[in-house]
Amino acid sequence: MHARAETAASWPEEIFSILQRFEVRQVPYVPDAGHSQLIERVLGSSTMRGIALTTEEEGVALLAGAWAGGQRGVLLMQSSGVGNCINMLSLVQIFRLPFLTLVTMRGEWGEFNPWQVPMGSNTQGILELSGVKVLRASHPEEVREVVEAGAAQAYNACTPTAVLLSQRLIGAKVFTK
Amino acid sequence: MSKANLLDRRAVVAALLKDRGGAIAVGGLGASTYDIAAAGDHDRNFYLWGGMGGAVMIGLGLALAQPTLPVVVITGDGEMLMGIGSLATVGLQQPKNLSIIVLDNEAYGETGGQASHTGAGVDLVGVAKACGIGDCRAISTMAEVEGFASTLQDVTAGPRFASAKIDDANLERVLSSRDGTYIVNRIRGSLGHSPI
Repeated sequence: MHARAETAASWPEEIFSILQRFEVRQVPYVPDAGHSQLIERVLGSSTMRGIALTTEEEGVALLAGAWAGGQRGVLLMQSSGVGNCINMLSLVQIFRLPFLTLVTMRGEWGEFNPWQVPMGSNTQGILELSGVKVLRASHPEEVREVVEAGAAQAYNACTPTAVLLSQRLIGAKVFTK
Repeated sequence: MSKANLLDRRAVVAALLKDRGGAIAVGGLGASTYDIAAAGDHDRNFYLWGGMGGAVMIGLGLALAQPTLPVVVITGDGEMLMGIGSLATVGLQQPKNLSIIVLDNEAYGETGGQASHTGAGVDLVGVAKACGIGDCRAISTMAEVEGFASTLQDVTAGPRFASAKIDDANLERVLSSRDGTYIVNRIRGSLGHSPI
């Protein structure tokens, strides 16, 4: 187990480059500490629009509209947000959406907060039951390859895909008084 | 039976879409989708048969992708209540080409007419205003509907929101296509996007 790194990791930058290369335009998100570096890059980008949501299911519907309008997008959320998406995920099958979501994991690998565990333990199962293929990256050196594969199958093959970014990768959140 | 002084939903939607030009129309799950179909099938009709609570967000995604085209979301009070947070998201994004109109019969018509929150005074126009949507209107006459319809084409002054109080008549369903992939790809095609 390791705690969250204090210095900026390089993998969020690699994800940003991949999203640029795939011409991603709309980036809905509910903030998560594990996504904070990527969200900052998106909000500073001239080609992508970061769209803060009140709940993650909004992002699924937004991406359906974006696709109908000719733009690609990616939904950034944490594992608990996957539960908020369940009914709206029916859209990814109904529309055969080129759906990509990058999910930072909680409730595993050294978790401090037991309330994160039920949803974190079921994130992958819920996504798969909802018709979304699941890939996972647990080590910094594999992030680029896994996210690239996820983006390729989502955008090129209209195969709804989630990439889980493990808590092992992002580091367990440290709770101090 | 229609109540006095309440609008007819089909007349409202027909007036909204009569001079639609290139506008994209998104209908919420339920009767608003039938109303849009009743006004005439169109390549740029986005019919929803599920995803309750998602109509405004689908409209937002479309509006951001196509900023020069009017996008109008026509939905019901129950569907709007389920996606109420999306009004805050629209308020944040300020899409100039997005218009939202709620056909408010204060009931869940599709499931037997159970009362919705709006009948007890929940004020959707007030919510939209508080979310930062500048042009918010409570509509009760056809003249006001026509006034709202004429603003839809202005893609520089949105977002706008209206709630029209309609009667609770359960009209004969006008069934649109239920094939989501067809519906989306038809819109994409009309915008010049090829299939993958």
